[in-house]
Amino acid sequence: MIFFKKMIYFLKPLFSVVLGLGLGLVITKIAGEDPWNVLQILLKSAFGSRYDIGMTLFYSIPLVFTGLSVALAFQAKLFNIGAEGQLAMGSIAAAAFGIYFPNIPFPVAPILASICAFLVGAVWGAIPGWLRARRGSHEVINTIMLNFIASGLTSWMTLYLFRNLDSQNPETKAVGAGYWMPHLKIFGESPVSFSIFIALFAAFCVWFFLWKTALGYEIRAVGQNESAARTVGIDSAKIRILVMAVAGGLSGLVATNEILAHAGRFRLGFSPGYGFMGIAVALLGRNKPGGVVLAALLFGALHKGTSDLDLETENVTRDLSQILQALIILCVSAEGLWSFLLESSFGFKKKKKSEIRTL
Amino acid sequence: MEVFMWIVQLMASTCRVSTPLLFAAMGGMMSERSGVVNIALEGLMLLGAFVAAAATDFTHSPVLGAFAAFMAGLIFSIFYAFFVIEIGSDQIVAGTAMNMLALGLTPFFSKILYGSSTSTPSLPIEFRFQYAPVWIAFGVVVLCWVWIVKTPFGLWVQFAGEHPEALDCAGVCVKRVRWMAVLVGGGLAGLGGASLSIFLSSSFSRNMTAGRGFMALAALIFGKWKPIPAALACLLFGFSDAIQIRLQSVVLWGNEPVPVQFIQILPYFVTILVLAGFVGQARAPQALGIPFVK
Repeated sequence: MIFFKKMIYFLKPLFSVVLGLGLGLVITKIAGEDPWNVLQILLKSAFGSRYDIGMTLFYSIPLVFTGLSVALAFQAKLFNIGAEGQLAMGSIAAAAFGIYFPNIPFPVAPILASICAFLVGAVWGAIPGWLRARRGSHEVINTIMLNFIASGLTSWMTLYLFRNLDSQNPETKAVGAGYWMPHLKIFGESPVSFSIFIALFAAFCVWFFLWKTALGYEIRAVGQNESAARTVGIDSAKIRILVMAVAGGLSGLVATNEILAHAGRFRLGFSPGYGFMGIAVALLGRNKPGGVVLAALLFGALHKGTSDLDLETENVTRDLSQILQALIILCVSAEGLWSFLLESSFGFKKKKKSEIRTL
Repeated sequence: MEVFMWIVQLMASTCRVSTPLLFAAMGGMMSERSGVVNIALEGLMLLGAFVAAAATDFTHSPVLGAFAAFMAGLIFSIFYAFFVIEIGSDQIVAGTAMNMLALGLTPFFSKILYGSSTSTPSLPIEFRFQYAPVWIAFGVVVLCWVWIVKTPFGLWVQFAGEHPEALDCAGVCVKRVRWMAVLVGGGLAGLGGASLSIFLSSSFSRNMTAGRGFMALAALIFGKWKPIPAALACLLFGFSDAIQIRLQSVVLWGNEPVPVQFIQILPYFVTILVLAGFVGQARAPQALGIPFVK
């Protein structure tokens, strides 16, 4: 029975993905496309060549960071929709650092820039954490408002402070040559870099932090039962601020992939919504670091796959990616449906929900 | 005299830009008073904006466009209500998914209908509303107040949100009350979207709600889930938006105008400040966010 339950634990997300993808592809029928054809385009575009696989990985790396960010916050029952703003602030910080200190040599420069990105992202994440812990205002609304504020601030900094005057595009000047991360040559021309190891290391660190340290235990305790945590003397306000800060820092590390490996500068609007995709990644990955890495790969492939739809099909655009993600989340979130089905067919006990959210 | 005119204009424009917020906040109130968190307001508004623009373009009648937006919000809410009321999905997660779905579906259909995924064709002025939505919005606020405080159904909704077991004991189906509230709320949010695309501007453009659904939610919390205070909060956010538009290119210090980005973030900043500073001990409906299991 335990084996059976475990199998279902792993099969459920998989089934959700298949169901969500299936529904999404059926929708393309409305646009007059052949769903089978669309699926083939998706697969070919995501895994067709070494370069394509490289691009898939390149899109997956930021999703690992934002997915970890959302998942970590989730462990403390905080909903971090602000990864988008945190990654923007972290990225512009890394770019600014690289512009102000262009002469730092190689191994030191990217490390310092990454730390800078982490710290600024952490500050941006700590703000809603503080607001929630000390002022009681809900992090969902605050993080979304901070996304808009971050987008305004980065736009101002890009256009007024660090503008690259040689280019028509809204982008900053380039960082020094020492900042570039080495690329992985196996994936051809694609910009997959050393950042992939940082992402995997971050996933390991989050796992270690949450499940092998006392602080991580406190975080999960606050997430699972706040009043019980308070009774044993855990300062839940402090935990919340800390969790949001680390979550923001993780999002900020997206800079290692974009600024230090791909563009070498901050380009306005470089993120195709990595922060929001991170929510889907975390949910599908069940808020566990290992699951997040796998889910990030899937969504990275989805993003790369749909990016060719604009050219290859007449009516379906890359927006399909958004639809597919939403459907997958809905299928994952319909946990009650699963237990309902299981209860009626196998007689499992239904879990009682006792969680209160005020929003 | 000039200052007076400026103030009158500012007030008029405050009312105009508050309209979508008013509709959405009232829609949110319906659903939240019945115990269902509605993060999906943003997506419902976006969908309403698109459907209103498309329907008006098709029928050449803004009234039909607004009606279509209402229906679209209602129908989209059926999915949401099914997931959160019947299946018991996490309401914030399902709401986020609905927002993403709207964000993806609107350009998807825009591309099919008009060949462009960024915006719908611009509507001439005679196919758009002039002032009517402002009055309708205030009417809806009054109606909501009457409905929630003075009618039996409003009382049921309050009980569904505060103490569903009591309502159940009285022989009223809690789920049905929540269904009704969420669906009507969705329709109102759709109207809010419609007032963006066929009243405040002349077409639908990608992600044109820009966080207004969440602002409406913030206004609702600031207004302690009561119709009149929530409406006043909407007007406050509308005011910060209206003044934001007027402050652009105004020189406040030095000889350079204030960078436009700083002014554009004003409404968002005000939202955060208001939520952090003035809410005090807001008490949400007791059973908010908890699926009712009989």
